[in-house]
Amino acid sequence: MKIVVASGKGGTGKTMVAANLGYVLSRDREVALVDCDVEEPNLHLFFPAETVDEAVTAENPVFDPALCTQCGACGKFCRYGAITVLRDRVLFFAELCHSCGGCRIVCPEGAVTETGRAIGKVSTAHPLPGLTLVSGFLNEGEVQAPGVVRAARAAAGEHPLIIQDASPGVACAVIETITGCDLCILVTESTPSGLHDLALAVEAVRMLSIPAGVVINRSDGRDEVATAFCREHDLPVLMTIPFGREIAAVQNRGGLVARDLPGFTEKFSALYADAVRLCGVKE
Amino acid sequence: MSLIVCITADGPDSGAQVQPRFGRAPYFVFADTEKGTFEAVKNPFADAQGGVGPRAVQTVLDHGATALVTGQVGGNAASAIQASGIRACAFKGQGTVSAALAAFLAGELPSLL
Repeated sequence: MKIVVASGKGGTGKTMVAANLGYVLSRDREVALVDCDVEEPNLHLFFPAETVDEAVTAENPVFDPALCTQCGACGKFCRYGAITVLRDRVLFFAELCHSCGGCRIVCPEGAVTETGRAIGKVSTAHPLPGLTLVSGFLNEGEVQAPGVVRAARAAAGEHPLIIQDASPGVACAVIETITGCDLCILVTESTPSGLHDLALAVEAVRMLSIPAGVVINRSDGRDEVATAFCREHDLPVLMTIPFGREIAAVQNRGGLVARDLPGFTEKFSALYADAVRLCGVKE
Repeated sequence: MSLIVCITADGPDSGAQVQPRFGRAPYFVFADTEKGTFEAVKNPFADAQGGVGPRAVQTVLDHGATALVTGQVGGNAASAIQASGIRACAFKGQGTVSAALAAFLAGELPSLL
């Protein structure tokens, strides 16, 4: 089963939920945690361990100056601005390339070939007996987050229980992360911006037909607006995490609330059970 | 000799204000110094997500300009401008396209790169 933890807004507590859920479940079964927030992966901060790294490459065009006539077809086609055709040669901006391969296809002279270029890495670790941690890292300045997400997901393979941490928002990388998952846990806050972004995330998971439930984080006990939104959209509220100094302190030192605070192990176990049941996913 | 100068602008004519941003300027105004004409091109990348610099340079090149007057350019645009041999000059502050062109022709504008 593949569970994805997503949220609209950054800093909502998505990684905290993924990390603690992974930790609790790993105590009595094998779990793979996959950090798909490749622009800012931070799950590994909760689980320091030795890693095995593998480079992620993307296909980039190479222009043969002997064949190129500077006709400009490739530059006109490239919607990402990666190609500028000068009078005497072609300029290529590798960090803008999305590896669509279109320039190779449209070139009338067959002057474009492709070659792999490193855009990031995937690190795999076994920080706890039942836990495999796979983290995707996109190199700074690169745009191809979906490529690294794909590689990280591939590294987790067909593990029986996978928990993926998505990046915030609903951009390409998030769609790449949640596609094909069985269940989505959406973490939100009861704030106007939290709910606005939750609405976008809900739309995305609905479009991909993935059952979803909500975790309300940093609750001050007045979540009427959030619960009303969930009711309206037929989303079960799976868990409410209170706003608390103790929780923040554990988080800040890179700790796991399920390990360091009483009661949270049970809460996260219940979250998993409820999510699976309420979302109608067969284990 | 005819010289085509591209000036980034807020509007489509010689009376428009110069736009200090290059890649996201609303218009590129191409001044032909021999004919004394101005041709405006609406920038299709003004609101694009990214990669606007090299595409804007491509637009400048496609219109035969060999000189560019704007406020500032980004890193990718700078590389493309340098490689293309376009002469880029900085116009700081406020002013119209014609004023910027006059200043450029008088040699008053410093090089941008």
